[in-house]
Amino acid sequence: MKELLYQVELIIINKDGVRDPEGETIQRYVVRKLSDKVLETRAGKYLLFRVESNSSDEAKEVVKKIANESRLFNPLVHKIIIRVVRDESSGN
Amino acid sequence: MRVAVIKFPGTTCEIDVYKALREANVESEVVRYKEFDGDKYNAVVIPGGFSFGDYLRAGSIAANTDTMRQIKEMADSGKVVVGICNGFQILVESGILEGALLPNLNMRFLSKWVYVRVNRFDTVLTKGLNKNVLRLPIAHAEGRYYHDKPELAKRLAVLLYSDERGNVDERYNPNGSVLNIAGIANEEGNVIGMMPHPERASFKLTSQDGSIDGLSLLRGLKRVEA
Repeated sequence: MKELLYQVELIIINKDGVRDPEGETIQRYVVRKLSDKVLETRAGKYLLFRVESNSSDEAKEVVKKIANESRLFNPLVHKIIIRVVRDESSGN
Repeated sequence: MRVAVIKFPGTTCEIDVYKALREANVESEVVRYKEFDGDKYNAVVIPGGFSFGDYLRAGSIAANTDTMRQIKEMADSGKVVVGICNGFQILVESGILEGALLPNLNMRFLSKWVYVRVNRFDTVLTKGLNKNVLRLPIAHAEGRYYHDKPELAKRLAVLLYSDERGNVDERYNPNGSVLNIAGIANEEGNVIGMMPHPERASFKLTSQDGSIDGLSLLRGLKRVEA
């Protein structure tokens, strides 16, 4: 069976409790001027992968493995969020 | 004329700019961004550095300050506004100058001396310059000038990366800027931004080869009537 294409998003963000000066600065100097409804802003890094895979779960595992083994994040201070989206361009 | 040299948190070059302006016989003072009152000054220089830690994008947080709102008013009213390196990034992020400054194509922080050819002599800093190739240092990670309308960018461009004879070629483009652009001005020529640091090329003792081409540029501020 032909493998499908998936878009997999990897978001790297500081763990709760680890200070985030970039997010705090954006909150204080930009966001707060426009709205008092936003209580917190946090900054992170976003990576988007196009992955060939048989299933959504497998695509997610591939990215999780890369993130862990290549230290795309530092587990001491960061947490990761992985989200899978089927690639529209793959058809059916 | 009175010139304000703006200090944002993270600005690092304000003393160098102040000293270079003094060398150029231009009266100036360093002003903290929160204490800035645009009505008191005829011109503003926004020096280089890493304002607000370069968070989000270089220059983007400073662009959101009331200081930049005032500086936009000054620019619109014809007063002189100069942005150097991070100051250029701030001007672009504020929409006072056109275009964008993106990460260098080779993804490196570049710190080197370059040659630039002067493309316009109708701006406040280049009017009356007696040479058309300048030697200046650059030091940046996000200096790749981008504009989605290259024809317009070509018209606005003031400084172009070149060789020492003024030949503009991709070989002399350090960061991937569109059309080798190192600095631009608005149509009127009263607002100018550049990635090179003229203040670091204003003293024989600290310049690469004794040239002080940066001082020639900064002297442009003296030519403006108070």
